[in-house]
Amino acid sequence: MGGCSFLIHVRHATAAIAAGMADVVLITHGESGRSRIGVGGQGAAPAQPAGQFQAPYGVGGPPTMFSIPVARYMQRFGVTEEQLASVAVSTRKWATLNPRAAMRDPITVEDVLASRLICWPLHLLNCCLVTDGGGALVLVSEERARDFPKKPVYVLGAGESVEHVNVSMMRDFHESKAYRVAGENAFRMAGLGTDAIDHTMLYDAFTHTPVYMLEALGIAQPGEGTSFFESGRAAPGGDFPINTNGGGLSYTHTGMYGMFAMTESITQLRGEAGERQVPGVEVGLVHGAGGMFSAGATLIWTNQ
Amino acid sequence: MPYNKPLPQATPETQPFWDSLKRHQMQLQRCQDCREFYFYPRPFCPRCYSANVAWEDVSGRATLETYVINHRAAPRFEEDAPYVIAVVTLAEGPRMMTNLVGVDPDPGKLPPDLALEVVYDDVTDEVTLPKFRPA
Ligand SMILES: [Zn+2]
Repeated sequence: MGGCSFLIHVRHATAAIAAGMADVVLITHGESGRSRIGVGGQGAAPAQPAGQFQAPYGVGGPPTMFSIPVARYMQRFGVTEEQLASVAVSTRKWATLNPRAAMRDPITVEDVLASRLICWPLHLLNCCLVTDGGGALVLVSEERARDFPKKPVYVLGAGESVEHVNVSMMRDFHESKAYRVAGENAFRMAGLGTDAIDHTMLYDAFTHTPVYMLEALGIAQPGEGTSFFESGRAAPGGDFPINTNGGGLSYTHTGMYGMFAMTESITQLRGEAGERQVPGVEVGLVHGAGGMFSAGATLIWTNQ
Repeated sequence: MPYNKPLPQATPETQPFWDSLKRHQMQLQRCQDCREFYFYPRPFCPRCYSANVAWEDVSGRATLETYVINHRAAPRFEEDAPYVIAVVTLAEGPRMMTNLVGVDPDPGKLPPDLALEVVYDDVTDEVTLPKFRPA
């Protein structure tokens, strides 16, 4: 399940606690993405489907695979490279307010387009960072949490879904079914609509991933995800704040970013986000991505 | 210089696909019940789950579904960069990843839905890769 595994662990842990199969669940993440300590070999075995049907054509890591659908998305909806760049600009604005963010200098659409091409349509600043890092969270029953010194966050809804294993087998390149199904399940379980969400974290491995997520979650109309960022709604001062830690694009990205999306959501729900704190956050949404559009997971939780 | 890029290793289920490429006549599996062509190779139809499937010739015609132009080459692809990694939709329906050959690596010249045809690239004595060029 790759980078959204940690969100899925929350869903499963919630079920285990509700079923009396566990009292306390610790979910952890640590990864040496930059220093590559303890990192094994990479690449598909030559007899695996990815080894037979993708590796011979020179795919080389997420920038060449997560990016495969984007040309079709751009063509179908008439979306430009400038519009994709606006996601990085919006997210960097949040990073300037986060003292822990790796990249804190403001950037413009022109800066993104002038950064070197990695894998068209992705320039360097369309891509997430590669960092070392970690995080953890503890889940217990509502009853057990009552006398904790710190105010808890309560899980309202959770969803998970898988589409393909290899991105070349994705059904529709202009939309993610895995993201959509995960979101629908989480909203249904929570009994809430998108208008109830005060704060949103979307796994931004690349500038297009939060765009696909906004559309899959029903927050933006198909093809209008980049306009959402361009308009400033997702940026500091906007009415729909997204990726307030600076995201995988500007805060941190160890390789599997899902934990950091959750910890920022919880930090905001606890009112502990300092200069970047969004006022009046009661309901938060986190959406994670696994593999190359292979899997999606959504959490909706509250401090009430 | 010997070819040193990643090569596919056929399995019993995929061997007829790779053999057909070596003969320069691509074959895919087709469900004999619901008539669907499909890819990757597998012993049953992914649409109706029938095991009544057979290998049939395909035309080699395709359209460009989506693609990237890779400027940061995978190991051993350095001399090719920038190169086009594409997913094409075959005339018979299935999609596959491939490389585009004989094209400028320029997004302005590579509109989605571009008509393509297969090129059989005999990269070694044993392996032929299906690549595509504008038709
Ligand atoms: Zn069938």
